[in-house]
Amino acid sequence: MTILFAVFLLTMLVITAIAIVRTPDLFAAVMLLGIFSLLMAANFFVLDAADVALTEAAVGAGISTVLFLGALALTAARERSSLAPPRLALVVVLITAATVVYATFDKPALGDPNAPVHQHVAPWYLEQTPVLIGIPNVVTAVLGSFRGYDTLGEVFVVFAAAIGVLFVLSGDRPLSAVFRPKDAPSTGGLKHHLIPRIVGKLLIPFILLFGFYVQFHGEYGPGGGFQAGAIIAAAVILYAVLEGEDRALVALPEPVLKGLVAGGALLYTAVGLVCMLLGGNFLEYSVLSADAVFGQQLGIILIEAGVGVAVTGVLLCIFHAFAARDNPA
Amino acid sequence: MQILGLYNYWVFVALLMIGFYAVIAKDNLIKKLIGLSIFQAAVFLLYISMDKVEGGTAPIIQPGAVDQIYSNPLPQVLILTAIVVGISTTALGLAIVVRIKEAYDTIEESEAAAMDREA
Repeated sequence: MTILFAVFLLTMLVITAIAIVRTPDLFAAVMLLGIFSLLMAANFFVLDAADVALTEAAVGAGISTVLFLGALALTAARERSSLAPPRLALVVVLITAATVVYATFDKPALGDPNAPVHQHVAPWYLEQTPVLIGIPNVVTAVLGSFRGYDTLGEVFVVFAAAIGVLFVLSGDRPLSAVFRPKDAPSTGGLKHHLIPRIVGKLLIPFILLFGFYVQFHGEYGPGGGFQAGAIIAAAVILYAVLEGEDRALVALPEPVLKGLVAGGALLYTAVGLVCMLLGGNFLEYSVLSADAVFGQQLGIILIEAGVGVAVTGVLLCIFHAFAARDNPA
Repeated sequence: MQILGLYNYWVFVALLMIGFYAVIAKDNLIKKLIGLSIFQAAVFLLYISMDKVEGGTAPIIQPGAVDQIYSNPLPQVLILTAIVVGISTTALGLAIVVRIKEAYDTIEESEAAAMDREA
């Protein structure tokens, strides 16, 4: 039964992707991309990746749709109809597809426990996580501790992307004015649409609560800073859409948002440096406490908080930078 | 079952190629970024397909469970962070498209390139 469901979900993914590429209406394409992400999240869940499914649902179906719509509002809602079907591109794509499909015949079947990918460090992670770190969620343990350098790098990539967006969108204006609309007064969100506004506002506290649960329960169940950051940002963006961006900027002012971006990345780095000051290696949490296992847990909770804060700040900064840009039309 | 065992990988190829096609064949810059998102999602699917172990469950250790098989946590960690990095880089791409629209008043690549040649 599960296999039928999985095949159905995978086939739907391909159909949705084809529809996205074929439609000339960019608005429809973005909406379909949201559906595509949700289907992808369902697929991840079927494949035992609960943490990844949660992230994909929050980021792909939530934040990404909002950002694409923000960009569409500033550019164009339709694609210009293409003149001739690009035959060369089709030929290149078909040849590449044939090559990659040929390569898949060498891959181990889905779920094969003897596949090379399951032989290397993964069994060690599964065996040692309860001993060395003592938390049930192995994904969080690998993310926060065993591969903590990697995650620090990712946080800085996200940090750099936010700085890039702010600089690119501030353009001729000073960077401090990037969240302020140039002249047009705020549209006030959906103030005159009573039903979405009432229903949406009812949802916001529960989305926030769920975001914090995902943040602080990440050691025991699916969750952690990346997912929580995206969910909390989604709640604030929903508020901004309903009440107007200026009201959202009153609740979370610009210096706070920029502080979140820098503070999250700094908190992560600071934990690593404190480990060094206490005589350990960079990000070696065991030295944070007399009990090495408790030190690991403390370190993971702190860096997950840093990740959550940084991701929330980055996504909100990007959203406000797009929202404050004037519509040229 | 052997045939269906590779079905995930074929869907990966199909999605990868749909995204690739959109990136190289479409003229509209937003459509190219959407194609890039699909391409990226295909890579995520490849990694997550590899983590599955037959009869396994999500890698969250259950106390007291004996001989429980868990799926591989490593690809999940890599993709978890990649999704958030992916949305940040897509946002950067969209910001550049917005600036291109303001500078050229078009988001079609060929029209902007034609203006560059005239200038």
